[in-house]
Amino acid sequence: MSKYEALTGDQAVATAMRQINPDVVAAYPITPQTETVEFFAEYVANGEVTTDFICVESEHSAMSACVGASAAGARVMTATSSQGLALMWEIVYIAASYRCPIVMSLVNRALSGPINIHCDHSDVMGVRDSGWIILFSENNQEAYDNVIQAVRIAEHPDVLLPVMVCQDGFITSHAMERVEVYDDADVKAFVGTYQPKQSLLDVDNPMTYGALHFYDYYYESKRQQAEAMEKARRVVLEVADEFNRKFGRNYGLFEAYRLDDADVAVVVANSTAGTAKVVVDSLRAQGLKVGLLKPRVFRPFPAKELAVALRHLKAVAVMDRSIAFGYLNNAGPLFIELTAALALHGVHIPVADYIFGLGGRDIKPSEIESVYRDLLRVAETGRVERLVTYLSVRE
Amino acid sequence: MAQLKGWREIPIGGVILEGGNAVEYKTGGWRAFRPVFGQAQCIHCFQCWLFCPDSSILVDAENEKMVGFDLEHCKGCGICASVCPVNAKVIRQAGEELKRDDPRLCIRMIEEGKAE
Repeated sequence: MSKYEALTGDQAVATAMRQINPDVVAAYPITPQTETVEFFAEYVANGEVTTDFICVESEHSAMSACVGASAAGARVMTATSSQGLALMWEIVYIAASYRCPIVMSLVNRALSGPINIHCDHSDVMGVRDSGWIILFSENNQEAYDNVIQAVRIAEHPDVLLPVMVCQDGFITSHAMERVEVYDDADVKAFVGTYQPKQSLLDVDNPMTYGALHFYDYYYESKRQQAEAMEKARRVVLEVADEFNRKFGRNYGLFEAYRLDDADVAVVVANSTAGTAKVVVDSLRAQGLKVGLLKPRVFRPFPAKELAVALRHLKAVAVMDRSIAFGYLNNAGPLFIELTAALALHGVHIPVADYIFGLGGRDIKPSEIESVYRDLLRVAETGRVERLVTYLSVRE
Repeated sequence: MAQLKGWREIPIGGVILEGGNAVEYKTGGWRAFRPVFGQAQCIHCFQCWLFCPDSSILVDAENEKMVGFDLEHCKGCGICASVCPVNAKVIRQAGEELKRDDPRLCIRMIEEGKAE
């Protein structure tokens, strides 16, 4: 039987980790992810899990230990944020290229500098081409559900790629919400036992991990990685379908909220999508046909599906919680990818970008409403007057 | 060189699924200096064999003789020449700097591409 608990986002992830009971967790504390690992350390100390918990001296070592353990055939998890991910960066790429199905909770926090501990998405956007599968979570429940599904996606024999589950630092990581926690046995049955195809510790079948690949094989190795990412498109949905049948929560590539009959829509990921839903409801009550699209799977990027979901609209606004410096008018990464996807699939509608919430700057419903008001004007004129707007920055 | 495999054929994650195949990787082409063996002076102490980081000293185990170099794998690091006790004992004049390709040496290093 599942039960409802009051959990912070960090605690929800730790709860999923306790139920998954991975073979190895290697992590280093960094705000706002620290709570996850603290809770998990308690489970280890209490004997609630049988995990080998490795306290390392840095995130570079954390991801290195994860790669080593994964190569040895272990089910491995970790968690980090911001600078921690930045310090891991070198090994983040290696985890993907060695095809280590590591699951990492990434609690999104602004990258330095200036130094900051609060939420934005500059950390995840820095590794968007690293070869990891990237999932976004609006709230604590989604973070919990995504971590459980991530294990299955990562370990699928057609995929074997690491998965990063994102949630917003402090906004959900430290906010207590009602979370449906499924029965331990059901979660264990859903994730199953990891059966690695090969293990570095298999002394009867010696093998080498990390061998040099020159111009003769590096390229083939990368081509193979691209194929795994392609196959992940199908696997993410298969796992979501099975999850839905077992636990009754429906996940897809993205969530379309009151989108079908909408004239205009905002595209925004993670917790701000929750705030935007409130705004959609209030504008709908005024008779305005507004909708929302909340990306869940950012890698692999569902370009075609997004284009299909948005093609009936008269105007779209992307809300980006990070800047792709130097791109167009310093727009955001989500905007870049979405506009490319729309263009590639022949959808020619006005799209504007709104940068918001950098370094944890609060985003209010009134500001999201102003974006919808802009959009409704764009829908009338068919013309975007300002390509990139920096919301609520002081002039 | 063996036929290179396509991306569908290679093991996932760039692993090498069998042991002992470093020998198939011919690294001799990296060499800038080539070791040359002056057999007459050799005392067959096997110091070069012991210190070679690449198992590139060829020996006749039965007769306990150093017989030459595996130039398909030798990267020309010169460790063999520097640990060779015969090289160390070559008589030279006071203050004389000995060249790496001095014919008096047991193991000499010759610039790759140049004749002995």
